Amino acid sequence: MSLPEMSALFPTLQEVIFVLFALLIAVTSLIAAMAPNLFHNALGLVATLFGIAGIYFMLEAEFVGVSQILVYIGAIATLITFAIMLTRGMMFGRTSAMNRQGLAGAIISGLFFVVLLGIVFQVPWPNVVADITDGEALIANLGALFVSTYLLPFELLALLLLVALTGALLLARDR
Amino acid sequence: MAIDYLPLLILVITAMIFAAIAIITPTIFGPKRDNTQKKQPYESGMIPFHDARRRFSVKYFLVAMLFLLFDIEVIFLYPWAVVLRDLRWLAMAPMVFFLAVLIVGLLYEWKKGALDWGE
Amino acid sequence: MDWLNLLIIPLARSVALILVLLTAFAYLTWFERKLLGRFHVRYGPNRAGPKGLLQPVADAVKAIFKEEFIPDHVDKPIYVLGPALALIPALVIWAVIPIAKNVPAIADVNIGFLWILAVAGVESYGLILAGWSSNNNYSLLGALRSSAQMISYELPMGMFLVSILMLAGSFSLVELLNSGRAWWEWLWLWAMFPLFFICILAETNRSPFDLPETENELVAGYQTEYGGIKFSLFMMAEYINMITTSAIMATLFFGGWRLPFGLLQNVQILGPFVLAFKVILLLFLFVWVRASVGRPRYDQLMGFTWKILLPISIGYMMITSILVVLFK
Repeated sequence: MSLPEMSALFPTLQEVIFVLFALLIAVTSLIAAMAPNLFHNALGLVATLFGIAGIYFMLEAEFVGVSQILVYIGAIATLITFAIMLTRGMMFGRTSAMNRQGLAGAIISGLFFVVLLGIVFQVPWPNVVADITDGEALIANLGALFVSTYLLPFELLALLLLVALTGALLLARDR
Repeated sequence: MAIDYLPLLILVITAMIFAAIAIITPTIFGPKRDNTQKKQPYESGMIPFHDARRRFSVKYFLVAMLFLLFDIEVIFLYPWAVVLRDLRWLAMAPMVFFLAVLIVGLLYEWKKGALDWGE
Repeated sequence: MDWLNLLIIPLARSVALILVLLTAFAYLTWFERKLLGRFHVRYGPNRAGPKGLLQPVADAVKAIFKEEFIPDHVDKPIYVLGPALALIPALVIWAVIPIAKNVPAIADVNIGFLWILAVAGVESYGLILAGWSSNNNYSLLGALRSSAQMISYELPMGMFLVSILMLAGSFSLVELLNSGRAWWEWLWLWAMFPLFFICILAETNRSPFDLPETENELVAGYQTEYGGIKFSLFMMAEYINMITTSAIMATLFFGGWRLPFGLLQNVQILGPFVLAFKVILLLFLFVWVRASVGRPRYDQLMGFTWKILLPISIGYMMITSILVVLFK
């Protein structure tokens, strides 16, 4: 298969896959927000995060995609399900997705949506993006940046995690 | 290139279809004999007297939280691991500090008894 | 032509891979029961077919023709989703494992390592879903235990993988096998193999770490409310996970499709057989451990990974990094 042939075919296929992921994200994020059961909300969130990881892979940001799966799905979502299991009456009970702040929330998210739309139409998106041929070199480059340009944020991150660690201990301490 | 990942997606979808087929097939072939006893929760022969809605030890939550924090640290080690042989001591020094902080955290948890599972 | 290369061939390879894994699963159950029989000085399955070889077929037929029912008290969609989600990760990890020189099972991507990590990270969800949706004390406790166990053992495993990554210097498993290792690297890795194997045992919920399904306290753990094919899918997930992790260990520690000393390394057809042979040896190890080692208490299990394995793995990682800086 020659390269022009492939590029003639691929955009359509890529679009199809993108639409599939986008639909997955849209539907599951609605479940995450609207389902009456808290556990279903959490699972909807997990599926949404999967869809976003898929988008990252399509954007050739493999490391971000994998970090998304490992940290968000593997750790944070597990933490959320554990938290639900620890909460009395939350596991099988039904809760309403609406409360007194429903209206305010709708207005704020509507405004945010308008802002996003504005950004989408304002930004001059490039038409042709250079193909990244070696995803691995990209990750290696990231590793090199951690220990050179972004050294200070990197070390601060370690301290931040240490603070979070002590905070976690304080939260879960036996009283 | 992104197209390289298409086979992975195809494999995931094939596996999903396979699982769906495996679950649906027996509903066609199997017998159907309904009775209420069969549909009760299993409690080793006792009559179930409450839902499984009890609360669980906060230890599980603590473990998940510790895992989250250490997992983030490990994630940062992967890109670093592949450049180590090129950058050598230059890459080594920052990571020693990073890991030292991690180890201090682990020792603190240990000292505070967060790693003891027994009550 | 385009469609053929892009869709049909990966699809055909995926279907072939799943069929091979299913057959391997079926005969792994026979292999395990036969071996356990030998360890216990009894025969093991010997009625269906010569030496019980048709036993897996009989089991499959039975699973398909059993009654499928969903108990009243469960959360139905999630109850059905649980077994499916347990099985899928075990199957898809295979995509990046090389089965012959420059031939990964499905896809030639240069981030094989990351793919394995990502899929391994979601493996606990099938169990969590099953345990929660079953609405049964045993199931829920089993699911909580297993997910806490799996995430705890994932940390030392990740640290060991970082060490392997440092020695390899590449995320690609194909590259890992193409570039040789120095003798001290082999020895250093093999010294770590027993610890890595312990992590794998805990990750796959195999005995002695099968605490999620300790029959004397939790009946069958997260699968208590499951029967028929859905129960079989959990079994399938566990056994295919054994095969998959054996293949990963064979690739990382024992050269995968390669014969020792680079013998016959250009004979492509030999690759899958060499890999299969190594996988069978590792599977024997799984069964041997099951037959020999008793189950620890849950607090011992958790204490072991946080207080012993994790510090050792961090230390191992740091020593490896110094070795890499000095000698690579």
